[in-house]
Amino acid sequence: MLLIEDEPNIAEAIRFLLTRDGHRVSHAIEGVAALAVLRDDCPDLVILDHMLPGMSGLEILTAIRADGTTRNLPVMMLTARGRDREMAERAGADRFMTKPFSNAEILAEVRAMLGQSGQTAG
Amino acid sequence: MPLSALTGLKLRERRMAAGLRQADVAAKAGISASYLNLIEHDRRKVTAAVLDRLADVLGIDRTALAEGKDAALVEDLRAAAARGEGAGVELERVEELVDRLPGWAGLLAALDARNRGLERAVEALNDRMTHDPHLSQSLHELLSSLSAVRATAAILAETPDLEADWAARFHRNLHQDSERLAAGAEALVGFLDAGRGIEEQGIAAPQEEVEDWLRSRGWALSDAELATGLEVEIGQLASNAARSLARAFVQRAAADAALLPEPLFASALAEIGPEPIALAEHFGVSALAVMRRLAGVSGVQAGLVLCDGSGTLTFRKPATGFPLPRFGSACPLWPLYAALGRPMQPFEARVQMAGQSERRHRVIAWAETRHPQGLRGPELREAAMLILADEGTAPVLRVGSSCRVCPRGDCPARREPSILAAEGLG
Repeated sequence: MLLIEDEPNIAEAIRFLLTRDGHRVSHAIEGVAALAVLRDDCPDLVILDHMLPGMSGLEILTAIRADGTTRNLPVMMLTARGRDREMAERAGADRFMTKPFSNAEILAEVRAMLGQSGQTAG
Repeated sequence: MPLSALTGLKLRERRMAAGLRQADVAAKAGISASYLNLIEHDRRKVTAAVLDRLADVLGIDRTALAEGKDAALVEDLRAAAARGEGAGVELERVEELVDRLPGWAGLLAALDARNRGLERAVEALNDRMTHDPHLSQSLHELLSSLSAVRATAAILAETPDLEADWAARFHRNLHQDSERLAAGAEALVGFLDAGRGIEEQGIAAPQEEVEDWLRSRGWALSDAELATGLEVEIGQLASNAARSLARAFVQRAAADAALLPEPLFASALAEIGPEPIALAEHFGVSALAVMRRLAGVSGVQAGLVLCDGSGTLTFRKPATGFPLPRFGSACPLWPLYAALGRPMQPFEARVQMAGQSERRHRVIAWAETRHPQGLRGPELREAAMLILADEGTAPVLRVGSSCRVCPRGDCPARREPSILAAEGLG
């Protein structure tokens, strides 16, 4: 899966958690690099932070949904504010996690999303 | 408008101060001298219509004749009822309330004023919370640090077989994030402390603050005063926003005065009368400038409202018997809005305001467009409506102040129910 998060310590904690849970996690800290990863390596799931430098999480999500190869890719958005959720929903996010989230929650959501999409860990 | 004992006394004082005889004043007001004598000695109640005529003859504002303080209190209580739900409020007995229980009435008005101040503070704070980029960034920083702390601490607490190098790494991250969290919290507290003035001042809306200042000066600023910039007086206004609005107002008034200097304007006014379109032609200037000038020079009894392209009232100088809404939108039937839709076309109408006196006015409205960023930028519109007293008998357009306090029951332009008892659209 691809984690797009610019806060290094949050990214490190999430990568640690998901790696321990058996997933292979790529990491990008901004939109251009993230879209390049998506073109080269098609992940099963994207975890996308809302507030990013450069392209915002919503702009990245819009780009994902506009591309035929990634249109149906499951995307979980990490948001800090409640009203961001509505915008993310309109842009096509599948799930939301509001900061500060618990490790158990994020693990449960990832497992559920991969189960819904019929994929195994990866 | 409460008309109690002091009304007669004030009438008498004003008449005598003007050196006028009862018989002359009575004749001009269309009543008998004996009736005026009874009114002055408070042996007859004076009707609102007669009071208006007497105020005109004496050249003073009607509110100055009715008990000044009480009249303001009655208006405040009416406005309070309009702002509240209003159901069950005996509006028709508001004057009785003020007369009989002035202390309680004053308390009610004061509580309403405080409530409005608090509402504005909440609105300002809400606006600040929603739109302030600094606050938004600070909260984002806090939540990010908190998220990192929570996730990292949970890993440390819930992973018994955590390798030593990972544990060291997460301990270091935890320390970094706790430092960020402390710095972020400190910055946020400092930011919120800096904004404490908003609540403490109870902030009047900036426009109201400027209008209150102009009202206290009789709405007139002389050319000599405008030339000074009035910075000392402006500096005493409570909020930065009001000071900024006042400076812009004075700057524009000074520009109007430069185009229409006092002696020349007074001379043309005496010759042509308060006719903004004719005066604009005479001087070769914008009719809006003339209308603003007419409302800003002493000696002209004219109200004025200005609005921007959204219809929002940006300036409100009331005229006797023509109350202006303090909040929300005005009556959609005002020719002001017809003019706004058709710039450079004059609209004139005889109107009758709903309410106590059903007084008539002649209103003249005019709008202009501007392109401050050239033709590639947006077009900005501004409309003005000059409000003059009218004694004619021509048919009138029946208007109101705003729907909430307008009793015209079957008005086709009504946009929301009134809190007043409905009347037919006669």
